[in-house]
Amino acid sequence: MTELPPKSKKKLGLVIDLDICVGCHACVTSCKGWNTENYGVPLSDMDAYGADPSGTFLNRVHSFEVQPPAGPAQTIHFPKSCLHCEDAPCVTVCPTGASYKRAEDGIVLVNESACIGCGLCAWACPYGARELDQAAGVMKKCTLCVDRIYNQNLPEVDRVPACVRTCPANARHFGDLGDPDSAVSVMVAERGGMDLMPELGTKPINKYLPPRLKDRPAAKPVTAIADIEATGIAGWLDRLLEKF
Amino acid sequence: MTYRQPVLDTSPHVSDEVRKTTCYMCACRCGINVHMKGGKVAYIEGNRDHPVNKGVLCAKGSSGIMQVTAPSRLRAPLKRVGPRGSGEFQEISWEEAMTIATDWLAPLRKTAPEKLAFFTGRDQSQSFTSWWAQSYGTPNYAAHGGFCSVNMAAGGIYTMGGAFWEFGQPDWDHTKLFILFGVAEDHDSNPIKMGIGKIKTRGAKVVGINPIRSGYNAVADDWYGVTPGADGLMILAIIHELLKAGKVDLDYLAMWTNSAGLVNSEEGPEKGLLLRDSDGKMLVIDRTTGQPAPFDQKGVRPDLGAVWQGHRTVFQHMAEKYLSPDYAPEKVAARVGIAAERIKGLAAEIARVAFDEAIELQQPWTDFRGERHETMVGRPVSMHSMRGISAHSNGFQTARALHVLQILIGSVETPGGFRFKPPYPKPFDAHPVPHCKVTPGAPLDGPHLGYPRGPENLALKEDGSPARIDKAFSWENPLSAHGLMHMVISNAHAGVPYKIDTLLLYMANMAWNSTMNTRQVIEMLTDKGEDGEYVIPRIIYSDAYSSEMVAYADLILPDTTYLERHDCISLLDRPICEADGAADAIRWPVIEPDRDVRGFQSVMLDLGARLGLPGMVKDDGTPKYADYADYIVNHERRPGVGPLAGFRGNGDSFGRGAVNPDQLKRYIDNGGFAINHVPHEAQYYKPWNAGYQDWAVSIGLYDKPLPYLFSVYSEPMRRFQLAAEGHGTRQPPEHLRAQLKMAMDPLPAWYAPFGDAEAAEYPIHALTQRPMAMYHSWGTQNAWLRQIHGRNPLYLPTAIWKQHGFSDGDWARVTSPHGNITVPVALMAGLNEHTIWTWNAIGKRKGAWALDADAPEATKGFLLNHLIHELLPPKGDGLRWANSDPVTGQAAWFDLRVKIERVEPQEQTLPDFPVIKSPVPKAPRNRLWGGEK
Amino acid sequence: MHPAPSVIVFTVLSGLGFGFLAYLGLGLIAPTGLNAFLIYGLAYGFAVIGLAASTFHLGNPQRAWRAFTQWRTSWLSREGWTSVITLLVMAPVALMAIFVGFPSATLGYPGAAMALITVFCTSMIYAQLKTVPRWNHWTTPALFMAFALTGGAILSGMTDLAVALCVILAVLLVVGYALGDGRFVQRGSTMETATGLGRIGKVRLFEPPHTGTNYLMREMIHLVGRKHAARLRVISILFAAVLPALALLVLPASIATIGFAVALHLIGAFAARWLFFAEAEHVVGLYYGAR
Ligand SMILES: Nc1nc2c(c(=O)[nH]1)N[C@H]1C(S)=C(S)[C@@H](COP(=O)(O)OP(=O)(O)OC[C@H]3O[C@@H](n4cnc5c(=O)[nH]c(N)nc54)[C@H](O)[C@@H]3O)O[C@H]1N2
Ligand SMILES: Nc1nc2c(c(=O)[nH]1)N[C@H]1C(S)=C(S)[C@@H](COP(=O)(O)OP(=O)(O)OC[C@H]3O[C@@H](n4cnc5c(=O)[nH]c(N)nc54)[C@H](O)[C@@H]3O)O[C@H]1N2
Ligand code: SF4
Ligand code: SF4
Ligand code: SF4
Ligand code: SF4
Ligand code: SF4
Ligand SMILES: [Mo]
Repeated sequence: MTELPPKSKKKLGLVIDLDICVGCHACVTSCKGWNTENYGVPLSDMDAYGADPSGTFLNRVHSFEVQPPAGPAQTIHFPKSCLHCEDAPCVTVCPTGASYKRAEDGIVLVNESACIGCGLCAWACPYGARELDQAAGVMKKCTLCVDRIYNQNLPEVDRVPACVRTCPANARHFGDLGDPDSAVSVMVAERGGMDLMPELGTKPINKYLPPRLKDRPAAKPVTAIADIEATGIAGWLDRLLEKF
Repeated sequence: MTYRQPVLDTSPHVSDEVRKTTCYMCACRCGINVHMKGGKVAYIEGNRDHPVNKGVLCAKGSSGIMQVTAPSRLRAPLKRVGPRGSGEFQEISWEEAMTIATDWLAPLRKTAPEKLAFFTGRDQSQSFTSWWAQSYGTPNYAAHGGFCSVNMAAGGIYTMGGAFWEFGQPDWDHTKLFILFGVAEDHDSNPIKMGIGKIKTRGAKVVGINPIRSGYNAVADDWYGVTPGADGLMILAIIHELLKAGKVDLDYLAMWTNSAGLVNSEEGPEKGLLLRDSDGKMLVIDRTTGQPAPFDQKGVRPDLGAVWQGHRTVFQHMAEKYLSPDYAPEKVAARVGIAAERIKGLAAEIARVAFDEAIELQQPWTDFRGERHETMVGRPVSMHSMRGISAHSNGFQTARALHVLQILIGSVETPGGFRFKPPYPKPFDAHPVPHCKVTPGAPLDGPHLGYPRGPENLALKEDGSPARIDKAFSWENPLSAHGLMHMVISNAHAGVPYKIDTLLLYMANMAWNSTMNTRQVIEMLTDKGEDGEYVIPRIIYSDAYSSEMVAYADLILPDTTYLERHDCISLLDRPICEADGAADAIRWPVIEPDRDVRGFQSVMLDLGARLGLPGMVKDDGTPKYADYADYIVNHERRPGVGPLAGFRGNGDSFGRGAVNPDQLKRYIDNGGFAINHVPHEAQYYKPWNAGYQDWAVSIGLYDKPLPYLFSVYSEPMRRFQLAAEGHGTRQPPEHLRAQLKMAMDPLPAWYAPFGDAEAAEYPIHALTQRPMAMYHSWGTQNAWLRQIHGRNPLYLPTAIWKQHGFSDGDWARVTSPHGNITVPVALMAGLNEHTIWTWNAIGKRKGAWALDADAPEATKGFLLNHLIHELLPPKGDGLRWANSDPVTGQAAWFDLRVKIERVEPQEQTLPDFPVIKSPVPKAPRNRLWGGEK
Repeated sequence: MHPAPSVIVFTVLSGLGFGFLAYLGLGLIAPTGLNAFLIYGLAYGFAVIGLAASTFHLGNPQRAWRAFTQWRTSWLSREGWTSVITLLVMAPVALMAIFVGFPSATLGYPGAAMALITVFCTSMIYAQLKTVPRWNHWTTPALFMAFALTGGAILSGMTDLAVALCVILAVLLVVGYALGDGRFVQRGSTMETATGLGRIGKVRLFEPPHTGTNYLMREMIHLVGRKHAARLRVISILFAAVLPALALLVLPASIATIGFAVALHLIGAFAARWLFFAEAEHVVGLYYGAR
């Protein structure tokens, strides 16, 4: 089980558009809400109203500042959940087989009833995508909403991850990245979708669309229709209204 | 070996039932699907059919479950037993609570109804609460708009008969250039995010003008880190550039605005007003005849360049003013904080997109003059702004400047530009004027709030003193269309203009984050007179949660949470309309309260009935409405027009129609809302579009068509200037004449925000921003959200960081003319170099919100409010001037100036207040089962 | 990484126990009777306490048996197997030593091999993690083995070998610290590669995803002061290797000396292991600006 399955043709994942993520955290709490009620044990919050509240979240939004060589610093909001890596190190380290990658669609899951909570998979994940639930003692991670995307009890339009459904800016997209013609694959191709920490060889399925070019040089100023100092307002007005 | 994996049920049961209602964590009012499991709320998602959010939700909306299960929920009515501020209360029955309230309010109404001041904060039932106050007879009613953005609202309504807020929106589907001035989140939260996502996905351009580069400004393609308070100057410089190059929409200006109006040049009481005919219609010079004609005459071609008997057009006055070198980009660049070259570049880009990339929709329409147009021409430049402009003492004029810029390029109500949402457009003179005439034992003579046309509409007493406790509609701030909630407590404490007896507050955390000068306000609330009585004798407060304010009231009326009550989001106040449809919505109890709490509006109807208020009792004196739900369905403002527009009559009518007893059921079946779409030919040019006007009449928005011209030039303002110049019978006090002359300029002007007076000693601007994942003070009780924003650093720009040698983990002491705070700091590079900022309302009082006293919100979090004051520092003239916009009274939160020094890391932010006793039991330590525990 | 006491105790004591067992299995010391009972008891004691400690950080220790299932891919699973096999294989060896009077070489040699393999597997749990560059290096198994062998040799009372191993351990520690310091940079993961934003410019954290802590931060982001670390490095080398060697050389050979030397060694081993965790930086820290 902890062996990785043969590579699947279908590679479900998310595409996150860093050009339009406004950092609103909607995907964070909708994920928390859905997953508290659904797949596996609820996500706990310890010391919830105290000095050091700390709960389990499967998706979190970081904010970075990037300083280009010229021009002002840019702020980039950066949501991050499991990237459902093709070569998922979190799976192969798992001693119990609780961590596995689904053969049919590549979703990486934790079988919570087999998880001993050793934490090793979280250590193996470069992206901080796994959190050990402090109340249940089992490893939690993004399920790609496996209990939504195929769920016959939901209307078809709603068979998308909770975070994708809620994102107000439409910065999150879900689809089959194994299919080069899928909408998400096309988007990745057009916008130069990128991998996080490619040097670690995890081959993430999730892709990030980079921010578009910002703070372009100022446009050329408009030209005056008359030399107002010379003609006065009256001259300017004549010039303006003659074409009217 | 074959790969083995667990068998997984990918179609688990989702919920037993979905109940559709409306979110309440902010004024955006999105539609929500509440999934119920075992009779409890299991999961909340957006309603895909809803006109506002179309399925999406924000972080607050998605965690509503933590709001309705928060341990901070009040449990029963409370009577204060300890001193004010101690938090010592006794839970009492509703009967006792209602008796106390009635005993306090009944005698006041008989003798001096103005001694009740009723102010509401995050109120979504203003048409109801204002009606209640009017019926009671007090002039002292307003909601929170005076804090918020009355500058934006009034600036918009006086200029173009509609405003940004949630009352209008960019044409997201067509715009090619979207310019955002000073918005972090706004009321239209989800639509703005959806819109920005939409236009950016399309590859169109977003420009952010904001000292701080976060949120929307982070995704902006170009960012202009303006220095606070200078937008007006920058906008006027852009106007300067556009006029210079003739890049203005002359046809639009001539046909749809008062630019061709003739400004009376004759000395005297009419000087500066527009010439009118005997019917009171504005005159223009018709280009075809060269003769004066009323503006609405069929076939008229108003001449922008006309001079008639020495009177010149508004357009000429405008050109003369803005073409002046004072507004040249080079001249303003330093104060604006943006290089002249970039200001010019932005002007050029606006001109290019508006005129070179104009769009044309093949949609015929007919204007109010009866002329038919074959197409709709669009100038696809859209703009939006909110408190960044509004919350300065020059905010009204800046808002006007911004609207005039939009109008100059012809982008208001044209495709790709800015569009109104019904019930707007609605010109200022179709709104009521303020009313303040008190008659003991009887209702007020009319609605409290409105839009003065001139000095004659001020709310003044016979002796010329302000009639209202907040001094709204007085010479200090004549156009204070939303009242001045931030002045109520200090005025009541000072007894100026008079003393009051009972302060009734609803949903406003006035002892904490919604006041300026928090510490002193706390002192005012607890201050006693020589007789040993509280200076503000009685305070009744309705909250749903254990907020800081609760401790300062004598009687608490505990409200339900948003999933436990009926509510109505009505076309009579702030509906949920979109530009292409009129829409309203309800809330209904999707769960029943498990505590002894009641919906505030139902309680007010009960109280009204006990007081025998007209409209709330039948002829026999018995209550007219059983509860708020009953009122929502059966109340009528005008015949056939009630709180809800949808499903009237037999269920098929929208807007006008008889009362329908099944109305609420129809709303629930429809997902909690009703919508009526604007006809195709009426989608744009609404103020002048006969099709729109007729549609608006048909659904009861107006009683007759109300076409009007945009006021590039504002006559009401000029009337106040005339008064200040000595004309007319109602005269301002001497000390206000100069201020009025300056502030009431009928053409948009810029003056330095009042905070600049302190610039020499306090060189730094200090701002707050709304975090997207928090709603003011009340998100903190939500265990999910408080993990995201549990404390707030003060962000410093690189220049200040380096200048003072700050490093990570440092703290700072920040001092303003009014006080100081000691707080943790952090670095932000994408920040105007003269500006520091923090997230709003994260800091909490120890003991409030059912949090542990050592919660980070109380030990590391802080408010900037301690540095702000409702009054300006003394100027040495013996007077105390308000820290408000002199036109509207808008609280100038963002005029704050400070200085900063580095201090060693601390354990506790300062000021630190003593712990207040919690009126609710201690919260459980851990949340293990989502909503089930 | 968070230096959790349970994992420190686990790796130090089980290493020591299995190291000692290796010497016993090889018959390099051959106690009998009560002596054997005490000595094997000591070795088993270290190993078992260490293994037991490893379950303390489990969220669901009652399911620990499941950790045996994934030996084909998981070093943790392998370590489970090898440790149990070692303990099982060495049990008859011990019993024979106690009751029969001599250990079984037939089982002792494989037992010794398994004991060392166990230590190797333990080390590979850490060394395999690309996410922790400092660990992901040959020095990790080398150090784990060196600790096991040195500790075992001291316990075995083989002064010469122990002193020689102390020297090797000291050298390895120095090399490990020196090479370890550059590993993160060598691996090439930066905030720029972590976010993909390096193409725009230099990246820094503006706001973390939440103001409080979370599991990841507690578990994987641990910052030790430079001075503190330097001091502990010296202590670890002194106590783990230098002082025990000196003690063995200077003090008369006796149980007391061995006990003293082992105590010194253990102090050093704990210090070294604390640093092993505390100084190890996980790449996830990049997302939290911890670098
Ligand atoms: N999530 C969330 N949503 C909310 C609220 C909330 O608490 N939380 N509150 C609601 C309420 S009551 C209101 S009033 C609205 C307010 O919504 P916003 O208008 O977005 O108000 P603020 O968050 O105060 O943001 C003010 C913005 O103006 C910028 N700014 C300040 N001064 C200047 C200036 O001089 N020029 C320019 N160009 N920019 C400037 C600030 O940097 C900041 O980005 O939000 C509503 N929506
Ligand atoms: N420094 C600084 N201060 C500011 C601002 C700023 O930008 N900077 N912004 C100002 C602005 S624009 C505003 S609007 C104010 C907002 O400030 P407030 O109007 O005080 O807003 P909240 O903190 O949300 O407080 C609303 C109260 O309503 C209560 N409440 C929540 N739900 C319910 C309910 O269902 N029923 C009842 N009865 N009560 C409920 C909450 O518990 C809370 O006590 O803050 C102002 N203060
Ligand atoms: S992101 Fe982390 S948890 Fe997810 S598959 Fe990759 S390594 Fe595993
Ligand atoms: S925590 Fe659970 S899923 Fe992760 S490695 Fe350990 S047993 Fe496997
Ligand atoms: S796909 Fe589902 S589980 Fe994963 S982050 Fe989104 S909502 Fe959470
Ligand atoms: S919901 Fe969308 S816009 Fe908001 S933080 Fe998540 S990805 Fe970004
Ligand atoms: S924007 Fe968020 S909080 Fe406001 S109504 Fe919509 S979902 Fe609720
Ligand atoms: Mo507001």
